[in-house]
Amino acid sequence: MNPDESFVEFQKVRHAFGENQLYEDLSLSVRRGETMTILGGSGSGKSVMLKLLIGLLRPDAGSIRFDGQELVTLSEQALLPVRRRISMLFQGGALFDSLTVGENVAYPINEHLRLSLAETKERVEAKLALVGLPGIAQQWPAQLSGGMRKRVAIARAIAADPDVLLYDEPTTGLDPISARRINELIMSIQRELHVTSLVVTHDMASAFMISDRMAMLSERRILTPLSCEDFRQSQEPAIYDFVTAMSLDLSARSHSQSPVRPGEEGPKK
Amino acid sequence: MADKASPPFFLLDYAQRFFAVLGGISLLAWQTITGCFHRRFAFRELLYQVESIGNRSILIAVLTAIFSGMVMTVQFAVQMSRFGVKEYVSSVVSLSLVRELGPALTALMVGGRIGAGIAAELGSMRVTEQIDAIRAMGADPVRKLVVPRVLAATLVLPLLTILADVLGILGAMVAAHINSDVGMTLFLQSVLHSVSIEDFLHGLIKTVFFGFLLGVIACYKGLATSGGTAGVGRATTETVVITSLVTLGADFVLTNLLLGFGL
Repeated sequence: MNPDESFVEFQKVRHAFGENQLYEDLSLSVRRGETMTILGGSGSGKSVMLKLLIGLLRPDAGSIRFDGQELVTLSEQALLPVRRRISMLFQGGALFDSLTVGENVAYPINEHLRLSLAETKERVEAKLALVGLPGIAQQWPAQLSGGMRKRVAIARAIAADPDVLLYDEPTTGLDPISARRINELIMSIQRELHVTSLVVTHDMASAFMISDRMAMLSERRILTPLSCEDFRQSQEPAIYDFVTAMSLDLSARSHSQSPVRPGEEGPKK
Repeated sequence: MADKASPPFFLLDYAQRFFAVLGGISLLAWQTITGCFHRRFAFRELLYQVESIGNRSILIAVLTAIFSGMVMTVQFAVQMSRFGVKEYVSSVVSLSLVRELGPALTALMVGGRIGAGIAAELGSMRVTEQIDAIRAMGADPVRKLVVPRVLAATLVLPLLTILADVLGILGAMVAAHINSDVGMTLFLQSVLHSVSIEDFLHGLIKTVFFGFLLGVIACYKGLATSGGTAGVGRATTETVVITSLVTLGADFVLTNLLLGFGL
């Protein structure tokens, strides 16, 4: 298979919420196995792209393809096998409060795979161990910290061994240490499970750490994706402003607060 | 060009929204009925919901019925003696309870409680993206969440009404004994003589519809929640208001229909 061939592809997608035109002619191509980060300001509709891909929302026009298959025209029923292969980590984790951690992680396994009770339990434990939280299956989501909830949500997202992982603001609302741990987890999942990842974030530090390529959502469309280094050096006004704002933010904080320690990539981490 | 806030546009907009909600509720009702026959029926969740919304509503249903039975007896005893027909108090009170007040008051009191609970729970799940998560994991929120709740409400309300009918009549009996010194045996004999199984069924059949309607409306309002935690509060209060009004309206329609069928 051609490694450059697109695994996930948005083509000329148009979408509006009421009178608010979110995308006009939005196109993006993601290769198999890469981690693509979509950056953009708040309210630019980054998360909506993920929801369009997994079929939670339908675009007004355009095409969304996954592994060669057109998704836009599929019925809710026909989307089921796609949802087995594409999994999403929601912003707040979206864990079910009425279920234990173990039952949460078992949810997609029970929906998609026909495993025995023992096999399910074993898989749940394995996935929880993978995110660094072994032995908490009996606990309730309400008992966990924000970072732990995110990690359980990641365990749930990878429970049925998806091909594509969608991360919606994985580090938002977390303290810097927890955020870094989530970034490392995303990278280790990438290494071990070889999934294709689409990450939506406005956390630049996180984006530079985990991405293979980065794409900017600006003016209702996606600018050409760039490698991390090219993105950092880009003179494209929208990208330049975004990166500069971030650098100014970082340098202002490093002047006013504690200096960056050796070995640290920046105070954001 | 007319202003968008002018009466015709305002009314058109209002009508459009009304029919959108009506359509949404009807569609959800249909999906719920078909969802009951799905091969992967969420039976465990149904049992949990029956326990959750049924068991915990017993006290409110029972207390409402007992006090209604008692107060009606006291009122009717005074008013009917003015016309010299005091001996019919037990018949009038028991018939009112079994045919009308038992079902309607239980539906209003328990319905408010169940409806608010369902709307708040599903509304919170909506705003924290848990409903999206269910869909994203290949499951159907109607089958997983709506069917067990609506079915539980439909099953529980008639059961609670039976309890309310019986205890309401017992409350009336005690009040008659204390206030008017009517013998309890005599009271009960009179009740058994005047209340037929048809009267009892008339009330019970109505509660099946009340339970279904309030379940569907509460689930719809919960699932349609938007606007964060404030939206959850709004959905909850609207559910209580709408389910109460729908119960009263449906009561009038169903009573006429059932009377038409000889019940």
